[in-house]
Amino acid sequence: MHKWSREQMAQRVARDIPDGAVVNLGIGLPTMVANHLPSGREVVLHSENGVIGMGPAPAKGAEDFDLINAGKQPVTLLPGGCFFHHADSFAMMRGGHLDVCVLGAFQVSATGDLANWHTGAADAIPAVGGAMDLAIGAKQTYVMMEHTTKGGESKIVAQCSYPLTGIGCVSRIYTDLAVIDVTPQGLKVVDCVDGLSFDELQKVTGVPLARQ
Amino acid sequence: MIDKVFASVTDALRDVPDGATVMIGGFGTAGLPNELIDALIDQGAKDLTIVNNNAGNGDTGLAALLAANRVRKIICSFPRQTDSHHFDRLYRSGQLELELVPQGNLAERIRAAGAGIGGFFTPTGYGTELAKGKETREIGGRMYVFESPIHADFALIKAERGDRWGNLSYRMTARNFGPIMAMAATVTVATVHDVVELGSLDPEAVVTPGLFVQRIVKVRRVATSAGGFKQVA
Repeated sequence: MHKWSREQMAQRVARDIPDGAVVNLGIGLPTMVANHLPSGREVVLHSENGVIGMGPAPAKGAEDFDLINAGKQPVTLLPGGCFFHHADSFAMMRGGHLDVCVLGAFQVSATGDLANWHTGAADAIPAVGGAMDLAIGAKQTYVMMEHTTKGGESKIVAQCSYPLTGIGCVSRIYTDLAVIDVTPQGLKVVDCVDGLSFDELQKVTGVPLARQ
Repeated sequence: MIDKVFASVTDALRDVPDGATVMIGGFGTAGLPNELIDALIDQGAKDLTIVNNNAGNGDTGLAALLAANRVRKIICSFPRQTDSHHFDRLYRSGQLELELVPQGNLAERIRAAGAGIGGFFTPTGYGTELAKGKETREIGGRMYVFESPIHADFALIKAERGDRWGNLSYRMTARNFGPIMAMAATVTVATVHDVVELGSLDPEAVVTPGLFVQRIVKVRRVATSAGGFKQVA
């Protein structure tokens, strides 16, 4: 089965981010979206540690560790960017001031519940960071993840078995096979990889899908 | 005359008692008040409750305070990191209590304490493990969880410039928790790299008004563990 690469997934998400949007990109795969934003589109990147208007990584040797992103990597500031404290930064999320947030996930349910912070394993040390705030805060929450686990199980499920990050918060799912909208009427396929039929996609998805 | 400038970090932390709740600013190495943490280790207070976004990295700073068995409880959002081995060991052996709080709830609980708010309803965490046992309420068709303020006896923060009234400005993302922790503590101790004459901080650029700060100490600009930051031009 043909699959989108991680780069192609990032490209596909980037295509859907409109000019002028204020966006928070989660750690990991979502961070790659920044590299694929079409030129000519002005997109403002927010990072929850207290910066908006983030630019690309600095040149080697020009890193300034007072200027970092949520992944604690050095970044740069674009003209127009600014800094603010943590309570303001999370007010930007919780208050619905961000247009789009892109997050990774372990599982997403058919009703848009998100599980991405904790495997729930007994010996695992829990760490949540800003995951729960991000999940419920933005106007649109996009998830990027593989369609299935390494064992072939669907990561789109009727009900999350991992501990929840947020309830009904996901608006769109980008996998390596398809783009799927979470709607009040259920999951709707927006797009899928070339050559993959709806029936084939349905077969590897844990819950019923609808054609767009 | 008001003069909040202390001669040394040691002087500024002399009266931290055993059992105190101590907020420590910083996110990653940005804004982490290393000199104050080292002074707190030397000072000897124990049975502390620490409020910080993380739970220490490597073997220095907050990690060293944990390793010295001086902390009873930590309130944070993201304890687990690749180099949080001191936290991991103490937590797994049951020697350290953890209160895990979503990062935005942590920030807002600190802000609420400083602002005299007795708690607030937030949508963050509703329906998750971290809201278990907490009061919930439907407001305007949406579900919210009640969160209470977090007060502290001391806040240890890192700023960039200050004056003898305690007015502070910060540098880039090193600001992070500094301004809200300064509001939430009975005694806020800030390190700065410059103590300037009253009136020379641009009043439009003062981020933390001096009334939130009780003590400031000048420290040298040194390399951070992550590789150092450049001198301010």
